[in-house]
Amino acid sequence: MIHVRLQPEPFDAGAELARLDAQGGGGVASFTGIVRGEGGLTELMLEHHPRMTLAMMQQLAEDAAARWDLLGVTIIHRHGALAPGAGIVFVATAARHRGAALDACASLIDRLKTQAPFWKRETFADGRQAWVEPRAGDDEAAARWLRGDG
Amino acid sequence: MDILYFAWVRERIGTDFEDVDAPADVTDLRGLIAWLATRSAGHESALKDIACLRAAVDQRFADLDASIVGAREVAIFPPVTGG
Repeated sequence: MIHVRLQPEPFDAGAELARLDAQGGGGVASFTGIVRGEGGLTELMLEHHPRMTLAMMQQLAEDAAARWDLLGVTIIHRHGALAPGAGIVFVATAARHRGAALDACASLIDRLKTQAPFWKRETFADGRQAWVEPRAGDDEAAARWLRGDG
Repeated sequence: MDILYFAWVRERIGTDFEDVDAPADVTDLRGLIAWLATRSAGHESALKDIACLRAAVDQRFADLDASIVGAREVAIFPPVTGG
């Protein structure tokens, strides 16, 4: 069962995991991304493409479900203004065995970084604002899964 | 053709959307971006360094050499930072 949401509201990771626990698999893996409050950050604003972003998330979920024969996959990504400590993204996968669940979850978060059209703007306590640049390692992490050696 | 801008590209240009009619000799993304850069000082500031830009044609990521002939929507933006 594929479940993809793009929303400004917070998500309930526990409720999402319970739904995947009930899929009848042998393992559920998950990742929750959280806004870091370091450097005096007061707000992280996530901008997205109003039509493309959800479609890309859905495509990534379908790719992972087919490649790892998942029983369930959930991706929730928030947009809008988020405070330090808030959840940004939730990815969870259910599979018959742990390897598929863990690999699919790691692949999804790596591919969301480089292939989902989101942009992040940081605001700091002194009023300074900066757009987040991709890290050099992000493309390599995502490419690893496409090559198949991940 | 609908042109969408995101993140600092949107901020520098001062709008998130334009409906433009590109000249007939503008046929690929690289040419479109160069033409858009001539529209205002904000456009030039946002679009002059093409190596910093990424784009999508009709909601699919596309190389800067990709054709825009027949496209309904082109989005121009910095590299994405999801997750």
